[in-house]
Amino acid sequence: MNAHAGTVRGKERYRSGTMEYARMGYWEPEYTPKDTDVIALFRVTPQDGVDPIEASAAVAGESSTATWTVVWTDRLTAAEKYRAKCYRVDPVPGTPGSYFAYIAYDLDLFEPGSIANLSASIIGNVFGFKPLKALRLEDMRFPVAYVKTFQGPATGIVVERERLDKFGRPLLGATVKPKLGLSGRNYGRVVYEALKGGLDFTKDDENINSQPFMHWRDRFLYCMEAVNRAQAASGEVKGTYLNVTAATMEDMYERAEFAKELGSCIVMIDLVIGYTAIQSMAKWARRNDMILHLHRAGHSTYTRQKSHGVSFRVIAKWMRLAGVDHIHAGTVVGKLEGDPNTTRGYYDVCREEFNPTRLEHGIFFDQSWASLNKMMPVASGGIHAGQMHQLLDLLGEDVVLQFGGGTIGHPMGIAAGAIANRVALEAMILARNEGRDYVHEGPEILAKAAQTCTPLKSALEVWKDVTFNYQSTDTPDFVPTALETV
Amino acid sequence: MKLTQGCFSFLPDLTDDQIYKQVQYCLANGWAVNIEFTDDPHPRNTYWEMWGLPMFDLQDAAGVMMELAECRRVYGDRYIRISGFDSSHGWESVRISFIVNRPPKEAEFELVRQEVGGRAIRYTTVRKPAAHAEQ
Repeated sequence: MNAHAGTVRGKERYRSGTMEYARMGYWEPEYTPKDTDVIALFRVTPQDGVDPIEASAAVAGESSTATWTVVWTDRLTAAEKYRAKCYRVDPVPGTPGSYFAYIAYDLDLFEPGSIANLSASIIGNVFGFKPLKALRLEDMRFPVAYVKTFQGPATGIVVERERLDKFGRPLLGATVKPKLGLSGRNYGRVVYEALKGGLDFTKDDENINSQPFMHWRDRFLYCMEAVNRAQAASGEVKGTYLNVTAATMEDMYERAEFAKELGSCIVMIDLVIGYTAIQSMAKWARRNDMILHLHRAGHSTYTRQKSHGVSFRVIAKWMRLAGVDHIHAGTVVGKLEGDPNTTRGYYDVCREEFNPTRLEHGIFFDQSWASLNKMMPVASGGIHAGQMHQLLDLLGEDVVLQFGGGTIGHPMGIAAGAIANRVALEAMILARNEGRDYVHEGPEILAKAAQTCTPLKSALEVWKDVTFNYQSTDTPDFVPTALETV
Repeated sequence: MKLTQGCFSFLPDLTDDQIYKQVQYCLANGWAVNIEFTDDPHPRNTYWEMWGLPMFDLQDAAGVMMELAECRRVYGDRYIRISGFDSSHGWESVRISFIVNRPPKEAEFELVRQEVGGRAIRYTTVRKPAAHAEQ
């Protein structure tokens, strides 16, 4: 947009009154981001009649140094350094009225190692800005210098596998159902049956904390009895994600300490506890040899709609920095939102050492993770043994596949459900490693395995027609060629 | 009890042909293949005895199969596992591990419970003595 007259400098810049953000130094089309800059990509939808460049410059301004009027106190600072700079604005392909705004932030704007500070800057103020109809934080690029100020995942995929002594296949889990109402004693029964049957993990649901029907200590005690019994019965390491989410940090630490005392290898938190609490628990987990599972409770309130909010890929990046070990990242084929390409992007954010720009996966920047540990993605919600070939193809090997209903709802019982899932998984891994076209031969491979496994046969019959084919709302907007710059 | 450690313990025991293909998969990925054996398959026993050094730079799984045959000849009454080790940066660990030999009588474990403060219990998984393990 060359119509813009450019940044006003010197004395004129600080004349009292108001000035377009684009002229105050927040629109710098000539600016080349430094390797040490934090970069944010916003999807900006200006109100009718608002110029997209001005709207994007306003986002840069309001997420860094600006307020609605010129202030002379800018002149007491190295203001040009501290101003976020919008350096590129592109129309969103196929979405008239929306624009991708690229904004660079100097590293000095952020406190080292603090997601709270980072997010307060980037999403703290601008999302309610009146000249915008809607705003979405699509992606971020963090310089290595900043990545290195974070602990990262407390345990990481590699060490988690080493501790569990489980290699070469996805891990298997199940969320205990019904998620509300079971007593501690009955809850532990589900855990025992599922783990003894062949799962690696069971899991508390996001809203299982300490309710009248089951207080947390009861749950922990019965669950650990179940874990240890299953471990002795199979000769294999087992675990259950004990949800330590609570009203205060003191409560959470108390619950986590009790889990440790009972010998649990993993604890769990919900995203709704907040970024600071998550970072505290990540540090606790690192200090206490504990795997830290994060349930992304609440994220869809702001991640799902494409026009407004924060993309889950940004949340996933923040959580890798913050230091959780497991994060729910979608199933593609299950009951919850998940476009295959977008989900692939999330999984790459969790597991790769370097993410190259891949617009088709929603990844807008090259991102180095500077040897931060890898996060184990978790696929949960409406998946079953009959989809094993698709799950392995779409999600790969380093993932926890959680079959809650698909284990507990098995007609022959919970342990049989677990056996069905484990046999289906091992048969598929065996076939893949042998070089078979397991994606196409999947149903055949499962049917063959079911010949010697009645529980699998029964699972395949019960759930054979279950699919969740709905339109995804959160899909990447891109054209394979270079974008036109406004 | 069937010890269910490793990648394929829920399937019928692998045939030599199946083992060969899995080893070939490891080699195709550039992983070093290791044979280990033990008579102590406790879930927390990380260090099984090594049957020689990990086999780096192999092209053909036949070499591993020969070593496995030899290991079985000597330690056929123990657990033997094959693992693939990936030395690439960011992994530097095992990428697959599976049992290829089981003793005629599998190990069994029992749980020892030590009642401590309140209702808490300290659990220890111990090997059942052989006489009991038969039942």
